[in-house]
Amino acid sequence: MQSHAALEYDYSVAKLFTYTTILFGFVGMLIGTFIAAQLAFPELNYWMGEYGTFSRLRPLHTNVVIYGFTVSGVFATFYYSAQRVLKVSMAESNFLMFVGKLQFVLYVILAAGMVVSLLMGYSSSKEYAEMEWPLDILTVAVWVLWGIVMFGLIGLRREKTLYISLWYFIATFLGVAMLYLFNNMALPTYFFSGGLGNIMHSVSMYSGTNDALVQWWWGHNAVAFVFTVPIIAMIYYFLPKESGQAIYSYKLSLLSFWGLMFVYLWAGSHHLLWSTVPDWMQSMGSIFSVVLILPSWGSAINMLLTMKGEWNQLTENPLIKFMVLASTFYMLSTLEGPIQAIKSVNAIAHFTDWIPGHVHDGVLGWVAFMIMASLFHMAPRMYKREIYSKKLMDAQFWLQITAVVLYFTSMWIAGITQGMMWRAVDEYGNLMYSFIDTVAVLNPYYTIRALAGVLYLTGFLMFAYNMYKTMTASRKIEAEPQFRSPMA
Amino acid sequence: MDIRELQGYASFFMTVFLVVVLYSYIVYLYRSEKRGEKDYEKYGNIALDDKIDSTPIEHNPKSQSEKKELKNEYVND
Ligand code: HEM
Repeated sequence: MQSHAALEYDYSVAKLFTYTTILFGFVGMLIGTFIAAQLAFPELNYWMGEYGTFSRLRPLHTNVVIYGFTVSGVFATFYYSAQRVLKVSMAESNFLMFVGKLQFVLYVILAAGMVVSLLMGYSSSKEYAEMEWPLDILTVAVWVLWGIVMFGLIGLRREKTLYISLWYFIATFLGVAMLYLFNNMALPTYFFSGGLGNIMHSVSMYSGTNDALVQWWWGHNAVAFVFTVPIIAMIYYFLPKESGQAIYSYKLSLLSFWGLMFVYLWAGSHHLLWSTVPDWMQSMGSIFSVVLILPSWGSAINMLLTMKGEWNQLTENPLIKFMVLASTFYMLSTLEGPIQAIKSVNAIAHFTDWIPGHVHDGVLGWVAFMIMASLFHMAPRMYKREIYSKKLMDAQFWLQITAVVLYFTSMWIAGITQGMMWRAVDEYGNLMYSFIDTVAVLNPYYTIRALAGVLYLTGFLMFAYNMYKTMTASRKIEAEPQFRSPMA
Repeated sequence: MDIRELQGYASFFMTVFLVVVLYSYIVYLYRSEKRGEKDYEKYGNIALDDKIDSTPIEHNPKSQSEKKELKNEYVND
């Protein structure tokens, strides 16, 4: 096939998003570690006036790690893997290349706007949807451009069947688009009040319980369509490719896909148990959450079985270790979540530290591990150099695993202690503890979590350094490795 | 029956309906493979053999580039 000789996959956009993944990962986790330290050492709140307080920095942490780090990682891995599974290069269409680069430029502007506006205190006060309306509009533009590239590449494809990863990327695109639009419906007050108030400010179109329902319909699906679905897309491509083993059961991947889509959308009301939403809706949220174990474990077991007969790779290749551990943590958090969604358990867990504990065994053990492993796999292929250091990668792995375990175990203990203390009553029915009593008891666990943050952040810096050296100084390789990534 | 009760029933029956659809899909997947009409497992190789010049597992007949390529090949021959 001579016409192909010059044709190669084009990774320019994938590389750009790789850089933002690393940058926002570092910034987001630095802020995470800092706010963790603030909870243990409250004096740290007063170093920079209003800009340094926990309340200002917490939404900054969540938004930077979700929309900066994770979403960049999703775009980077999409721009890398979609070309490959469709067997079409971005270089074959000037139009798509232009749209991809435009998407990146607008994304960077959006991210900068997000950081600045949140720091200045502009917030719609809806969790994971804090950005105010001008940035929401920009978000829609970035998302639509991504869709154009996605469906454009699909239109040009040589491979007729869409590989399962692409199904998940498409679901990410559609799910976020639908829910983001619904949840962010708001009226900019300035324009509707005849010029009163701040131009950035807006008011949600929903009110009261309806607002809460729409918010958590979105909020939970931010977990679904940003932290789960595109990460499954990654593991379905990168684990088979790195290990040289095809997915254990392609059929199981298809039916877990539809199972996940069907169930996930209706689990959001588990965020509103014991609140004012109709009782049947709360029960529905609980039941759907428990059923969610099935499709989640369907994917995770499929990944583990992919390694069947090849478990030796786990000891030989640290990248496989990252990915297998990621799917194991995916199993842990998709078991823990449904347990927390049972009404009686939720009565203890809600509003306690057990919730951030649950969040972080998912995001640190599953999301961030999978994103770092994917970028490691991509690096030798994008930069045509071997990975700079296997030893460093191994050390990073052990450091970060320790961090994750310290994080979630300390928060388990803290959360359950807190939940029990809040509801403890004496023989006359009076509350036994005041709020500050719980704070005093929890302080050591907050310190452990802050330490976990320092360890994880150090591991992330090792990752960033390893990537940087891979890009610039590592040994060149002639041919693209077929499966296992070469590393020194 | 007020609207809230109605919503509850609607949600319940929609769930039952979708469960039936999902299970039929599973049955369809396994049956069509058993009868030899389909082979889903071969698609797993799309990720493994993904060089730009590898032969697709299934050619996309609509691919413009494919047509161009075929023409080129013809010229090259
Ligand atoms: C160095 C690593 C990290 C540390 C030390 C850290 C620390 C924290 C802290 C202290 C909170 C606030 C908890 C509270 O309000 O009580 C938080 C919340 C949160 N973090 Fe992190 N974080 C880290 C990494 C990440 C990453 C990588 C992600 C996602 C990819 C993430 C996602 C979240 C989310 C979604 C919340 C909100 C949880 C909730 O509302 O219940 N974090 N984090």
